[in-house]
Amino acid sequence: MLDYVWLVPLFPLLGVIFNTIFGWKLKEKVVGIIGSTTIGLSLLVSILLLLDLLKLPEHHKIFELTLFKWIAAGSFAAEIGFQIDPLSVIMMLVVTGVSFVIHIYSIGYMHGDRGFNRFFIFMNLFVFAMLLLVMANNFLLMFVGWEGVGLCSYLLIGFWYEDNNNADAGKKAFIVNRIGDFGFLLGIFLIFTTFGTIDFTDVFHKAAVNFHVGDGTMVAIALLLFIGAVGKSAQLPLYVWLPDAMAGPTPVSALIHAATMVTAGVYMIARTNVIYTLAPAALMVVAIVGALTAIYAATIGITQFDIKKVLAYSTISQIGYMILACGVGAYSAGIFHLMTHAFFKACLFLGAGSVMHAMSNNTDIRIMGGLRKYMPATFWTFLLATLAISGIPGFSGFFSKDEILWQSFSSSYGNFWLWILGAVAAGITAFYMFRLVFVTFYGKLRADEEIARHVHESPKTMTVSLWILAGLSVIGGFIGIPAIFGGGNRFEHFLEPVFEKSAAIRESAMAVHGYAVEQGHSLEWTLMGIVFAIVLLGIGLAYLMYIKKTDLPGLVSRRIKPVYQLVFNKYYVDEIYNALVVQPIKNVSDYLLWKFVDVKLIDGTVNGTGYLVRFAGRSLRTIQTGFVQNYALVFILGVVLLLLYVVFI
Amino acid sequence: MVPVNYYLIVAAILFALGVLGVLIRRNALIIFMSIELMLNAVNLTFVALARHLHSIDGQIFVFFIMTVAAAEVAVGLAIIISVFRLKGTIHVDEINLLRG
Amino acid sequence: MDLSLPVIHIQSIYPQMILVLFAIIVVILPLFVHNLKRELLALISVVGLVLAYFSLINLWGQNLTGFNGMIVGDNFSIAFSIIFLVGAFLAVLLSLNTVENEYLNYSDFYSMLLFALVGLLMMVSSTNLLVIFIGLEILSISLYVLAGIRKMRVDSIEASLKYFLLGAFATGFLLYGIALLYGASGSIDLVEIGKYIQANGFSGTFILAGAAMLLIGLSFKAAFVPFHMWTPDVYQGAPTPVTAFMSAGVKGAALAVLLRFVWTIAPLSKADWTIAIWIIAFLTMTVGNVVAIAQSNVKRMLAYSSIAHAGYLLVGVLAGSQLGQASIMYYLLVYTMMNLGAFGVISYLGNSNKQENLNLRDYRGLGFKHPFAGLAMAIFMFSLAGVPPTGGFVGKFYLFNSAIQAGYLWLVIFGVMNSVISAYYYLRVVVNLYMHEPEKEVAVPKASLGLSFALLIAMVAVLQMGIMSSSYFEFFRQAVIAMP
Repeated sequence: MLDYVWLVPLFPLLGVIFNTIFGWKLKEKVVGIIGSTTIGLSLLVSILLLLDLLKLPEHHKIFELTLFKWIAAGSFAAEIGFQIDPLSVIMMLVVTGVSFVIHIYSIGYMHGDRGFNRFFIFMNLFVFAMLLLVMANNFLLMFVGWEGVGLCSYLLIGFWYEDNNNADAGKKAFIVNRIGDFGFLLGIFLIFTTFGTIDFTDVFHKAAVNFHVGDGTMVAIALLLFIGAVGKSAQLPLYVWLPDAMAGPTPVSALIHAATMVTAGVYMIARTNVIYTLAPAALMVVAIVGALTAIYAATIGITQFDIKKVLAYSTISQIGYMILACGVGAYSAGIFHLMTHAFFKACLFLGAGSVMHAMSNNTDIRIMGGLRKYMPATFWTFLLATLAISGIPGFSGFFSKDEILWQSFSSSYGNFWLWILGAVAAGITAFYMFRLVFVTFYGKLRADEEIARHVHESPKTMTVSLWILAGLSVIGGFIGIPAIFGGGNRFEHFLEPVFEKSAAIRESAMAVHGYAVEQGHSLEWTLMGIVFAIVLLGIGLAYLMYIKKTDLPGLVSRRIKPVYQLVFNKYYVDEIYNALVVQPIKNVSDYLLWKFVDVKLIDGTVNGTGYLVRFAGRSLRTIQTGFVQNYALVFILGVVLLLLYVVFI
Repeated sequence: MVPVNYYLIVAAILFALGVLGVLIRRNALIIFMSIELMLNAVNLTFVALARHLHSIDGQIFVFFIMTVAAAEVAVGLAIIISVFRLKGTIHVDEINLLRG
Repeated sequence: MDLSLPVIHIQSIYPQMILVLFAIIVVILPLFVHNLKRELLALISVVGLVLAYFSLINLWGQNLTGFNGMIVGDNFSIAFSIIFLVGAFLAVLLSLNTVENEYLNYSDFYSMLLFALVGLLMMVSSTNLLVIFIGLEILSISLYVLAGIRKMRVDSIEASLKYFLLGAFATGFLLYGIALLYGASGSIDLVEIGKYIQANGFSGTFILAGAAMLLIGLSFKAAFVPFHMWTPDVYQGAPTPVTAFMSAGVKGAALAVLLRFVWTIAPLSKADWTIAIWIIAFLTMTVGNVVAIAQSNVKRMLAYSSIAHAGYLLVGVLAGSQLGQASIMYYLLVYTMMNLGAFGVISYLGNSNKQENLNLRDYRGLGFKHPFAGLAMAIFMFSLAGVPPTGGFVGKFYLFNSAIQAGYLWLVIFGVMNSVISAYYYLRVVVNLYMHEPEKEVAVPKASLGLSFALLIAMVAVLQMGIMSSSYFEFFRQAVIAMP
């Protein structure tokens, strides 16, 4: 009954095909409408899927559809097949829903751009690849989607390729992601050699039956896959590409670099939860990386002046939360936060785009201020999303973040330190987000005359999208109200079938260790109160520094100048990478290949090989003299060599 | 009776001469004739072997080679004439427009 | 006297007969009917191809042997024949472009094309070296004519001359090889020669030198290094549809014979030939790709690329397994589609006989001005480079997979490295199409329907074979030669 799932990725693909063939001659409006409608249709089908899935009996909410065999050679077989279960349906809804809104927004935002059609083709292609990623029923197809979204991301970061900086940012994203993808690919190879299959159902079944908790192979697979997640989801230490990726158009930042693609790592961990549950050591690594990233990126967010950079670091930090959730075995909490984050972060980015639109494409918040008066819709939606991300009770971010923090304390994998890192990061998040709001929308406009004259509210297509996302940011959390509020957490319940194997493994492991977790509600209330207090403290501090005593920030940054400088320069990580990785490669290639090599930052060695090949090509083509007898001579040479070989050896 | 090896050696020498002609003569027509020499060397080999093996296959093969060679002559001469019409020469040294 | 008549099974050569008939019709018809449109001639040729196709399908699975063993109608030959028919079909459609319209004598052209196809079919549907030789010559002589069919153009006629001289030269070696094999074994049938070798071992100067010369003759046709020197010149000088047809068809026929040869005469795994073939495969891949990088003429670049692809295919021969055979057929079909498609785009963008727009620079920015041709070219280039989800990727995967299973890990590693090198020049075309501003106005005429149709077919096929490969592969698995 669910066998119409293939329609979901089909629509965006049709959009790609149609706009590629006809889009060049059509009007902007038509291209935009086609691009958005196809995604809208996908969204509709996804909603139908959800309804059908809800009708299925409990614990049988899984449906697999094999379209056809892709490659079959020997023992290796790869299928094009989709797996529909609660997890993938939620991801499909998030992907199609958020992209639908962002596509509509883009019609206004990209208006008049030379690459309008190209933009929509790439965006539709991205949605198609992302849907493959989340719908795949085997690792290879997932990897195809994984690479596909990477390609689209790379193309869209460098969308305005005329500017070299943008092209470089695209290149950086490409190279850093290759490191992660390499780990992911090795993980898939290891899965294939271990289980003899790459089909999700088979792999997880075999893993649960044949392997014990703590098995070395499982740890290796989990860690390799995690390298992929670290690259794609911009976690420590491979996060460096994401802030630079903001060079792309803002809708791209909202869709790809905030709401969907960068969360693919979280989805992947949740999807392979059985393997991770079997590898507690890997889970610990995951949790620690997540928690550290959450607080690390948040601190950088405090010091940035570029509105998109602040949001970029905030994204890294929030994904850190999701990874942390997965690391403590609270997969459904991670997915829940993934969803709410998609709503409010997309809203924030689109708001930032709207602000940039008004400010003649300036992103420096130091020249903004007082925009509240000029663009009320942008302001209110931005504020709502900020309240959501800060975790104010009642907003969506509160429920998901609270769930993660509680799990990181109470779960058998969690501990106090993870919790405190998360809690402090929550406070910092509230601080820098309100700093952003206060500096941008309050006070006086600090821009020069020229820009100030053009400040205006954005067109309808943009504000409507903002309101939709803001609304979702407010109410999006209600489907997952935790038990403590009497909500029964429908979201988690819905996802249960996906994680039931993991739950079983955990229970049996705990039974062996005689370890049971039963934490009271009173403790949960207490912790929630503490976190809320920290958040309020963050907001209060922001209010104090950026509204009340605006000279305070300068004072503080002077007082703790070394620390401030360190954070302001993003802990010098780019510089460290440059010194430790990029420069050595550069030097080696410089000395090894002398001045043959056209040394350019990171691809010195690549260029060197390229040069040698081109040189060989130019030399070899001179043999091709055009004289027919020279050809005959080469021919005879071959004859003689071959005859000598066969007769005398 | 002359042993079959003699025929084969003569044929091999003829073949080598043909190859040499292809490599050193500059006139397309003579190159072509050298190729014909190679084919005739093959014919000689076939005939000698057919006689030696008491098998008819080799002789039949020779008929076909001769027929095919005739067809090749027809096409080849036409091509050489076209070349001469366009370039005024059939020296392969002067025909190297396509190279690299 | 007891006279036993040999079993003829005339239906085993129905496809060839049909094609000969249509070749004659196409060349004679214009004598009686004046002002025949070229589209009509193309249509007649296509009808011939379709009829031949059905008569081939009819033979599928019957394993007919005709003419007392001279003609072998096994699935192997039928599968290859179908691939050639597809290639010829696309070549006919490709010829309906603007450039060729200016000078091409269409009745000669289609007739020669059909005759060349007959030659291809003869070559693959026999184990008798005499029939193989005749097929090869029918093919070659037609191609000599086709290469020089633009007889007013210096480069075309030069290509024809070079192809003719070197082709005849190579034929000499092929024949000498056959003569030597005949001398040793007393037979000109591959199966009989195979039996002789099974009994007496793969040794003796006659057998070894004969096999080597046969290999040389075939290597010339398939353009293996160092017997490849003619390829770039001829491919560049010949009319584009002819080049397209040659690149896939001739290569395929030579490989088919090579496969039969390897399979019935000398299972490579048992001989120490593997090193020689290994080196040839390595050189062919590498030389083709490396020199292609230095080219700025797109047609010539594709000529070098076709050398490289011959090398990839040879990797499958080296695998020496049924998996390898099926992989070769699969790759050959994909290659037919993507390469004829790429040449089709070249014809598409050609303006006139004097302005063919062959330089890479002429392609700048054309992707936006001619979205259909641009998209098609991008897909073909991605496929030639072996990027998923195109057929080129899956085909390479199958080929290299079969080689790995046969234990040729290093050759596969070199093959993959070669793919990386090749991506450079293939993607350079795409970059020029989409990421550069045009330098000058390139006038592109309105495309003919037939050509656009060919591009569409090739494009869909390349993508379909990349996404739904297994049904094709299963088909080709039924077409492999049985174990001897």
